[in-house]
Amino acid sequence: MPAEPAADDRPLAPFGRRQCGVASAGNDGGYRLFTLTDEQGPRPAPGQFYMLASVSEWLGDSGRPYLPRAISVARVLGEAGSLRLEFLIDRIGPGTDRLAALTPGDRCWVAGPFGNGFSSPKQLSPEAVGAILVGGGIGIAPMAVLRRHLVSRGVPTRTLLGFRDRQHSGAVETLFGCEETRLAFEDGSSGHRGYVTDLLGRVLEGDDASGAAVYSCGPPAMLEAVRLMCADLGVPVELALESPMACGFGACFGCAVPKADGGYLRLCVDGPVLRGDRIATAMGGEAA
Amino acid sequence: MDLSTEFCGIALDGPVLNGSGTFDVLAARRAFGDAVIEQFPFSAFVSKTITGPARAGNPPHRLWETPAGMINSIGLPNPGLERFVAGDLLELAALPVPLIVSVMADSADGFAELVAAVAAVEGVRGIELNVSCPNVHSGLIVGEQPAETEALMLALRDLTSLPIIVKLTPNVANPAEVARGAESGGADAVSLINTVKAAAIDPDHSRTWLGAGAGGLSGPAVRPVALAQVRAVADAVSLPIVGMGGISDGESALEFVLAGARVVAVGTESFRDPAAGTAVRNGLAAALERRGFRSLAEAQASTLS
Repeated sequence: MPAEPAADDRPLAPFGRRQCGVASAGNDGGYRLFTLTDEQGPRPAPGQFYMLASVSEWLGDSGRPYLPRAISVARVLGEAGSLRLEFLIDRIGPGTDRLAALTPGDRCWVAGPFGNGFSSPKQLSPEAVGAILVGGGIGIAPMAVLRRHLVSRGVPTRTLLGFRDRQHSGAVETLFGCEETRLAFEDGSSGHRGYVTDLLGRVLEGDDASGAAVYSCGPPAMLEAVRLMCADLGVPVELALESPMACGFGACFGCAVPKADGGYLRLCVDGPVLRGDRIATAMGGEAA
Repeated sequence: MDLSTEFCGIALDGPVLNGSGTFDVLAARRAFGDAVIEQFPFSAFVSKTITGPARAGNPPHRLWETPAGMINSIGLPNPGLERFVAGDLLELAALPVPLIVSVMADSADGFAELVAAVAAVEGVRGIELNVSCPNVHSGLIVGEQPAETEALMLALRDLTSLPIIVKLTPNVANPAEVARGAESGGADAVSLINTVKAAAIDPDHSRTWLGAGAGGLSGPAVRPVALAQVRAVADAVSLPIVGMGGISDGESALEFVLAGARVVAVGTESFRDPAAGTAVRNGLAAALERRGFRSLAEAQASTLS
């Protein structure tokens, strides 16, 4: 039986939702990157997320979006009281379309930070001394926050990122700077031609993989591949999962993730970061 | 504005409750800490539905957003009666507001066991019956049948002196008939509406989206349906009504009061705003004032022309 997570020391959200101003917004590759100024919330832990909705025009001509959208923070600047929270948006529906249309001066409803955060490598395994970060597509956002956090604590960290094509990797420079990252592109336009999991496989085959903990965020199929690869090799892994979510704070029970030992976890309060061995699959509703 | 009211003998400092299963205060405490208790958004708390055996809930997907609403297919996950009474119930009973516990079973005997066990716990002030489940003996959904609803109430009535509230389903031709069954069986109140039966189709894959195949619609999309049913039930019975269905602000709460609800419940709006109960309460006070009402009681006593 995998151990339950240790005592809860997650940063707490101010109760309710609050309005935050959009400080900046721009296109970054195939994604949109915008910044909110949060004067009330605490500094989030790497892996935590927010529920976001534009203050105006949230109910569009189609009657949607209606519910706020769960978005991981991609970068945190400043300190509590004058935090700047950066979010990376992939336009996949009416909610992310509206969020991607926010411009400086607009207002955004914010609730959070919600969820747990990533564990340290030592918390995942006493033998783990370094971290391997595996991000795919929009899932690079929490990896960017985690990377900064680990590097600032002197944890040896390798970063592997995968994208459909070069266009979608535009945010890498912004979020990861000139730090060394290894990239994979499905269309072979640069870097490794193929999946980021190919890169992970090579790293894990190498001798220097022992003593590493893996952290990953990306599309469900990628996460499931990472989870199974790590399980085969006995490498501890934490996955930041995604799910449709109405509330973000445990009220709606909508974000069910199947547990390894039966039943479900609520991704919003039990996750979004979950150890690979706690869940039956990372495929979510696509597993059926 | 005086928003205080009385509901089934329970004094409330305001008329805004939560809908069962739409606010898990114990989970909210993990996200918000004690602030959620100190700024508690409701004047009474209704628990999620408890069943005898534990339930894991439905497989994902469980949610689908609709125009001005959402479909859920959650499947009533809960720890089961024994673990609930030994754990969560004690924490809920310590909340700063009256506690109403929602229960569901597939037989009168099952309901009786739940009612007896929950009523014995100090701090429980009322019981809500979720009757949207088939009876194992008749195969009929209790809440869709006036006679079944009456029979269930008669079987439970003498088990407790606590108020019993019957939660009515909107998925019937005539909810007022079911309300009459609840009243003649001895119910103290009815609450309505539960979610409206709904399907979500995923056209990309030509399949139903929800893991359990179908679900229930909630949010402002159902509000006019709920108002019609509250009005019909208020005309049919003299029981106090908990009105709900897409209440999102003070104006919509006032509409329910004017339609005949004694108190109101906020559900889906809490997903959009964790403190929605407080916003609705404050908005209701403003809405009453704008209409020249001097208290909630005045609006409760007024009739529609």
